[in-house]
Formats: sequence, C-alpha cells, structure tokens
Amino acid sequence: MTRSEEVAMTERKKLALLLMDAPYESARTTTALRLVDAAARRGLDLTVFCYEGAVALSFARQAPHANAVHGRDVAQEDHPNPKDWIAALMVQAEQSGGRLAWINCGLCVDERGVGEVAAGIGRGSPVDFWKAAEAADNTLVIPTRG
Amino acid sequence: MTGYLLIESRDPLESNDASYGYDLAAGLARQGAAVTLFLVQNGVFPARRSASTAALEAVVQAGVEVLADEFSLRERGIQGDRLPAGVAAAPIDAVIDRLVEGRKAFWL
Repeated sequence: MTRSEEVAMTERKKLALLLMDAPYESARTTTALRLVDAAARRGLDLTVFCYEGAVALSFARQAPHANAVHGRDVAQEDHPNPKDWIAALMVQAEQSGGRLAWINCGLCVDERGVGEVAAGIGRGSPVDFWKAAEAADNTLVIPTRG
Repeated sequence: MTGYLLIESRDPLESNDASYGYDLAAGLARQGAAVTLFLVQNGVFPARRSASTAALEAVVQAGVEVLADEFSLRERGIQGDRLPAGVAAAPIDAVIDRLVEGRKAFWL
C-alpha cells in the first residue's frame, strides 16, 4: 500500500450497517442494498454485519430459476439473487476507492446451514459488529419488524 | 446539540408505531435539535394527501426536515411535485449524507 493510499484510507469515512432480514422477505432488504450502493459509489469504508436471516443474503447456493407460469426460461426470467448484488457492490466500492466488508454472524450461519458463502464474505461474532461500530463514524441498525 | 436522523418505513395506517416516531421527531426538534425524518417504503404514503397527512404536517411545523425517498414515491405512483408543504422528495443519498455528517441514526 502506498503512502497516498494509506492517507486516503485513513481519511475515508467509515460506516457500519447491521441487517437482520432474510432475503426475499422484506422491502427493508431492498432499501438496505440501495444504501450500500449509495455508500459504495462514494468510496466510503463500509462494514455490513448480518444477523439472523440476513446471513442468507450471501448464501452461495442461491440459484436463478425459470418461470413456467409465464413461459420464460432461466435466461429470460433473469431472476436476481442477492449474492450477486453483494458481489457487484463489492466491486463498485473498490472501483470508487472505497471498501465493502460483508460479515455474517457465525452462529446465525450455522443455525441455518448457510455456511457456503460467496467469495469475499467474512464470518464473525457479535463482538466484530461492536468493533466495526466502534471504529465507524456512524452506525445504522435496520431491525426486523413483526 | 446532537442532530438526529430518523427513518420511518411504515405507513401510520398499517402501524400505530409510526405515530410514535413522528412524536419523537417533533419532540427532539422542539428541544432544538436538528432532526431529519426520512420516509421510505410504505412510510411515504402520508406524503400523499390522506387522513394521516395532517400528522406529518404537524411534524414539519415542529421544525423537522421531512424527506420522502423519491424511489419509494415513484414505486407508489406518488408525484414528487404534489407533496405537502415542507415535505421534499430526496434520493437515498440523503441518508448517507446525514450518516457521514454524524447524526444519531434510528430506523424506527
């Protein structure tokens, strides 16, 4: 890492975001990913920590599917999978000079059997979220709702 | 005084808890804090003229900056140029702006 890169990393604003909702279940996930996108485009240093069902957002075995009702095959249906959005957001952050760290709660992962994750996804414990929040300039928790 | 960012994703007609968020925003503003209430998802519905719009207007009158996510407005067919006075359409970047600024942030 060059000196200028070190300085840029130090000066970059850090945000921590906590997600709890499982994929395909809540509009909060869409909003959260839009927030991550906005932060990534600015080149911020962003840590996303996933608890509970949100750990499945990065599950590697997500697969697009066809839609027999509408007569569309897999390619025509172009069904989106959040693991691919996360990968794209990581690339976006890097291209913008920032960083996106995506960390899953290990206990939540094991409970749900979704340990096979996409490339670049981390595993941690609640203390890692605490560390991320401590290091961040600001933190936003997006809680589940009944 | 500390500034606040409150994010409301629920329509007051689907959850009474939304009104508590409005009260919190208005109360903080009356005490002199800079407060932004960012409406997103179904939280933008009161920005369309309805029975719950008056409660939102009361929040504006308390001095709260009320922003409605323009994407959520578009999804629901609510025109940004027909919002109540004091309510402005805004991109999701407005949330990032206020987080970077250091506002205490709460997803209600």
